[in-house]
Amino acid sequence: MKSGRFWAWVVFALGAAYFFIPLIATVEFSMRMRRGVYSFDAYEVVLGDPRFQATFGYSVLAAVFTIILGVLIVVPTAYWIRLRLPQLRPVVEFITLLPLVIPAIVIVFGYIRMYGSNSPLPFLASDTGTNALLVIGYATLALPYMYRAVDTGLRTIDVRTLTEAAQILGAGWGTIITRVILPNVLIAVLSGAFLTFAIVLGEFTMASLLNRPAFGPYLQNIGANRAYEPAALAIIAFAITWACMSLIQILSRFAPRSANRPN
Amino acid sequence: MAEPFLSIQHVRKSFGPTTVVQDFNLDVEPGEFVSFLGPSGCGKTTVLRMVAGFEEPSAGKIVVAGKDITRLKPNQRNVGMVFQAYALFPNLTVAQNIGFGLKVAGMPKADADRRVAEMLDLIKLPQMGDRYPYQLSGGQQQRIALARAIAPKPKLLLLDEPLSALDAKVRVSLREEIRSIQKRLGITTIFVTHDQEEALSISDRIAVMYSGKAEQVGTPFEIYNRPATKFVANFVGTLNVLEGTVTDAASGKVRVNTQEVALKGKLNGSKTGDKLSLALRPEAISLGRHPGRDSSLSGEIAEVHFLGSVIRVRVGIGGSTVSLDTFNSPAAPPPAVGEKAEISFSSGDMLVLH
Repeated sequence: MKSGRFWAWVVFALGAAYFFIPLIATVEFSMRMRRGVYSFDAYEVVLGDPRFQATFGYSVLAAVFTIILGVLIVVPTAYWIRLRLPQLRPVVEFITLLPLVIPAIVIVFGYIRMYGSNSPLPFLASDTGTNALLVIGYATLALPYMYRAVDTGLRTIDVRTLTEAAQILGAGWGTIITRVILPNVLIAVLSGAFLTFAIVLGEFTMASLLNRPAFGPYLQNIGANRAYEPAALAIIAFAITWACMSLIQILSRFAPRSANRPN
Repeated sequence: MAEPFLSIQHVRKSFGPTTVVQDFNLDVEPGEFVSFLGPSGCGKTTVLRMVAGFEEPSAGKIVVAGKDITRLKPNQRNVGMVFQAYALFPNLTVAQNIGFGLKVAGMPKADADRRVAEMLDLIKLPQMGDRYPYQLSGGQQQRIALARAIAPKPKLLLLDEPLSALDAKVRVSLREEIRSIQKRLGITTIFVTHDQEEALSISDRIAVMYSGKAEQVGTPFEIYNRPATKFVANFVGTLNVLEGTVTDAASGKVRVNTQEVALKGKLNGSKTGDKLSLALRPEAISLGRHPGRDSSLSGEIAEVHFLGSVIRVRVGIGGSTVSLDTFNSPAAPPPAVGEKAEISFSSGDMLVLH
């Protein structure tokens, strides 16, 4: 074996160890709830906990609404920027990157000051309003991922020519977006959707400061007060995230191949 | 005279300070096949896009079948278009692509299916309905794009360099197919191309464009044989250009280098002493003196290229070079470089470019 290849394997092994050892240790620890034997007791406790079911259900619902809101905002915006305002692309890209630079705590404090019960838009005056504000906040946090995914999808098709081809055949904007553009970037939209799902599921700051019964604060609460259950929860959360990533990979195989780039 | 089907009247288009189309006028008869021919950036595609509704004219108007469509949106014009890059919808099958316009128009499914099958037969791809665009060759994709464009029975068919992305052989067969379908359906068609052979071979009329203007509009025969401007003469076909000076305007004598040729009746308006550009197509020139050719010039063989059945000879005449083709004959070897030579032509074939 050549020495270059040997060292490549060494680096790979080190990287894999860095990733897998804590994971294996967490799995191992999560299974030691019953003295002397390995068991899934911690998982049973966690999955049987009504607060787990309630918070997980809440976060899944919030994720679904966040995805819908994100798609409604991002797809038409990214499409219009590509079609008519390409000169604005750097500006929009910069704006979509802001949630990565501005901490969630700053955003949520801004929301609390802006949308309090005395504000003209009193989102925080009711539970429904606060839930809506949380979804809006999540959509903001997921914006960099959703925008990039959709924009990358749009890059693989000839947006302008396809739009013009549909227009000349009599289609209006609604038909063009729903029957021509969206189906051709659906896999990209799904990638963005799963990333959004993973972000929303683990988010703590916004849900906690808006006092919402989400999965993130529940994770934190369990972690601070129990021994084995947090490890089991960490593994469950990790499995959900990994399942989302795998779904992206599987779905990307079904992406329609572009007519302009026959393969 | 009958009403033109398509009338483009004094159309101008500017992008900021740049004017890309200036005072463009054209009347197209019903069922006519008109090509816009010109180099890149001459404005031909911009005119086509204005007819389609993708660009709005800065001035002028566009009338189709007596109706002013200048401000109508593309989806309100009932115009079919084929794009250079095929533009088939990748997520739809061939049949769904062809039926797209019919579905948008709200045609009942049974009628739409019948029309799609009719279109697939028309383009001779009846078995391809279930395929996806990526499963087809470039030529097949473009035929599907043509079927999709004509399926909703548009008033006007626009073809934006539809053959440019295809290889040479497919290009020739598809252009013949396009022309035959167009004739069969009798649909008024505008075809944009930068390929003169394409334009000459399939058009009823050609508008040769340069710098945003129509330099000449005429039949392929007129455009080739009677070019109206120097640009048209140079752009369409191969041309030998010789610079000359009028020595006797009354008798039509022009001096080329040190030799004189008589161009009686062709100098319209030129005065003695005027400088002129004289042009000859290669096929109008023979090597040596030939009966029926009343003019000749002497020179020296500059280059000889043996191309099999044809021999391309370049003859130097003073500071200019004239190119001509002769058929290969096993009995007569080609001339040698440096030999003295005489070329002959009919003065009637000489074009005087102003």
